Amino acid sequence: MTLDTYNPFDPGLPPARARALPWLTVMAASLTAIVPVVAIVPLQPPMGLLMLLAWRLVARFALRLWAAAPLGLFDDLVSGQPLGSAVLLWSLTSLAIDLFEHRLVFRDFWQDWLIASGAIAFCLIAGRFLAVPVGAQVDAPLVIQIAITILLFPMATRLVAWIDRKRGRNEVGA
Amino acid sequence: MAPARDRRTGFSRRRQYGAFLAYVLAVAGAVVGAVLLVASTFNPPAFAALRMTLGSVTAPISGTFVAIGDAVSSVPDAIGHYFFVHSENDRLRAELEQSRKILLTARTIAHDNRRLRRLLAVRDRTPDTVVTARLVSSTGASGRRFALLNAGRWQGVEPGMAVRGPEGLIGRVTESGPAAARVLLLTDPESIVPVRRTRDGMPAIAVGRGDGTLDVRSVATNVRLGKGDLFVTSGTGGLYAPNIPVARVRTDGGDVAVARPFIHPDTLDFAIVQRAFMPMPPSAPAPRP
Repeated sequence: MTLDTYNPFDPGLPPARARALPWLTVMAASLTAIVPVVAIVPLQPPMGLLMLLAWRLVARFALRLWAAAPLGLFDDLVSGQPLGSAVLLWSLTSLAIDLFEHRLVFRDFWQDWLIASGAIAFCLIAGRFLAVPVGAQVDAPLVIQIAITILLFPMATRLVAWIDRKRGRNEVGA
Repeated sequence: MAPARDRRTGFSRRRQYGAFLAYVLAVAGAVVGAVLLVASTFNPPAFAALRMTLGSVTAPISGTFVAIGDAVSSVPDAIGHYFFVHSENDRLRAELEQSRKILLTARTIAHDNRRLRRLLAVRDRTPDTVVTARLVSSTGASGRRFALLNAGRWQGVEPGMAVRGPEGLIGRVTESGPAAARVLLLTDPESIVPVRRTRDGMPAIAVGRGDGTLDVRSVATNVRLGKGDLFVTSGTGGLYAPNIPVARVRTDGGDVAVARPFIHPDTLDFAIVQRAFMPMPPSAPAPRP
């Protein structure tokens, strides 16, 4: 982050657009499911979840606490999971992160990454048991998918930090 | 990171109620999610209309990307063909020479077959093709194996139709929207296809495993499945037409063996949608009291 491009008098985006932007980025990330590849093995990282976690942990007031449910509904419509699984899991994750915020007020990036890793593993493993019968052979791809998603988290936070800086500083309290 | 000062609500009633309402809504969201999940577990096609309407918007976009990708990848292919044209020509000549003999035999057999079937008065049904369309995307992040077909109810695609490719069976249509349909691939953990062995007609079922392979489970007892056994659809159940190639067994096994499907979904281009082979008979009219 270079400070010389930072202009403290930059008003940023108008408030309505600044508030819609996090929603739009999470929905756009969910839409990566439409890339024209017919995958044999489920290895594609859940980009919507990744962006939601990045917004939640990096810019904590960008999304309301309840935003996880409607965003999860949109993700369910494109992801192939049974409808409601992301609504439930993302809401629970959002609430759990809120608990962490109350307990662990001074966090650094590594702790954010750890929290995000736990959230990603929880959502993917729970999603696997909600969607696929227990006997299916999807566990090895699942582990790889979790690893890929966790490794992508720093990149998602950089992207979110960049968008958040462009967005301006007119944040609205929770 | 410093603690969030904005978290404090102070004495402002408005902010106190706002913070409380946010928690209520978040918990309500989780509860609604659980209810939706139960509803969609017990009635999977419940939200098909919603999903497929969105799919009808995204499928043409994915289709455009597919077309662009094809155009880009055709350039190195064309260059490669230019260099290998002579060797390929020789190879094709040799192949033509071989297949001519086989073709003659096959023609005789086909003629015999037709004659004998007529003698037996077997009623042949040929499955009629509804539409040929592209599979444009799939659920790459979920454990379920669904693909999105770039054709829907406007093109005549209805749930329950069989989908096949040039090499073999792909799956069946589970949901259809205005311009997109969702195809349950063979390799999905919840897909079951009745098959038979080509060698001796031994019946079996092919169940998806979720990792790109199938479990072939023989229906009869005391059989051995050998490596290289070929399985085609048997037509049992009436959904899939008989004799569509499904899978080849990969390892020796007892009455359960792992098989590799003939289709390679990642190289799929066109899929053929066919009407259900034997449609469900119309339900009997209710008896008059």
